[in-house]
Amino acid sequence: MYGLQVWIGALLTLMIFSFLYKDNPFYKFAEHLFVGVSAAYWMVVGVWGTMVPNMLAKIHPPLVRNVLPALATAEPEFHYIIPCILGILLLTRLITPIAWLSRWALAFIIGYTAGVRFSRYLQSDFIGQIKSSLIPIISVGDGGFSIGMTFSHIVLTVGVVCGLIYFFFSKEHKGAFGAASRVGIYILMVTFGASFGYTVMARISLLIGRMSFLGEWLGVIAGWFS
Amino acid sequence: MRRRIPIIITFIVGTALIMAMFIPHTPFSSLDENLSVYFDIIAVFAFILGGGNLLRVHLEKIQKKKRDWQFSIVTVVGFLFMLIIGFFKVGGPPGLSGDFLAEGSWFRFMFEAVFNPLQATMFSLLAFFVASAAYRAFRAKTKEATILLIAAFIILVGRTPIGHYFTSWLPKQLDFLHVPTLASWIMGWPNTAGQRAIMIGIALGVIATSLRIILGIERPYLGAEK
Repeated sequence: MYGLQVWIGALLTLMIFSFLYKDNPFYKFAEHLFVGVSAAYWMVVGVWGTMVPNMLAKIHPPLVRNVLPALATAEPEFHYIIPCILGILLLTRLITPIAWLSRWALAFIIGYTAGVRFSRYLQSDFIGQIKSSLIPIISVGDGGFSIGMTFSHIVLTVGVVCGLIYFFFSKEHKGAFGAASRVGIYILMVTFGASFGYTVMARISLLIGRMSFLGEWLGVIAGWFS
Repeated sequence: MRRRIPIIITFIVGTALIMAMFIPHTPFSSLDENLSVYFDIIAVFAFILGGGNLLRVHLEKIQKKKRDWQFSIVTVVGFLFMLIIGFFKVGGPPGLSGDFLAEGSWFRFMFEAVFNPLQATMFSLLAFFVASAAYRAFRAKTKEATILLIAAFIILVGRTPIGHYFTSWLPKQLDFLHVPTLASWIMGWPNTAGQRAIMIGIALGVIATSLRIILGIERPYLGAEK
């Protein structure tokens, strides 16, 4: 079974890599298979991982006695009928005359996301980041004044302020304000460069992973001849 | 009914979640938790909707024999096969009461042999496109592009063994110029400063947009239709 798994995986890997030459039927086959399989994969994960234990088992526990016996004796929680109804309303999107009903479910999703994002961004990304940026500029360690840390703290404080000035468009970027904005651009360029470097490294490590998998496949083939 | 109810749902859900942040006691604390589960359940219905839509689009393509319709058969067959073996837990040791990703199940086999290699290879393919983008981006034509190039280069080289050998000959006093040390410093200070400026800016945007959505000022999710 493992040999077959490696063979299928290797052939599909080669089919995807064939796109580097040009678009071709092998790539299209693998691409279409990926679309179908991944859609079904996430559906199955959602149904068995969320819908059955968090909805069906909560609304009517005996319903899951064959699939999740541990939850079949729990007390029913009828309020879980609400997401069930909203979810069914979402599916009306596929029936054109009553497709407008799906907006009710969409409204819940949007309202939830807006409410959650409001509090999370306010706490961690706004207040949290400002709080972390308010650090003493002069750094004194165990060995006395630290020039290196002081310089780093200045870079951080000036960088955050100048970066924010660059994003402030209500005032024309001229004079001292313009100079600060320019420093902000340079800081942002360093950030983009660092993010780019990291992304390249992550993708290359994935590529190395695929190459070593193909090596494993060649090992399986070599095993046949030895 | 078509427009007012969704706005009311969004307002109630969004406001309840914001209230939960300021009043972390019953009933708001449990409301926050329950709404999160509701959201997950509705998200599963969204997956089902996506699957249904995928099936509809590809079946229509096959029926009308549109361009590349043969590949749509691959999508439909892959989708249905993965769905059936996942929903019915085909081949798994303990049958329906077992884990859908149990060792030995067909679903697990498809995950290991098809889904995983296809996903990893698709993402690793990006390494080549990133390389081609780098070629275009890394032409130091302006001061900003030069800064981006230097930052990306230091991060890339500094996180690999070659970076270590590059400057290992430097004396102890000049250790701060050692490429891995420089890479760590860039990641820790100027990169953090830029990231913070971006995060604070994004947070302000998210907070303002969330409020506009909750209050019904922004309602793109309702569409143009009455």
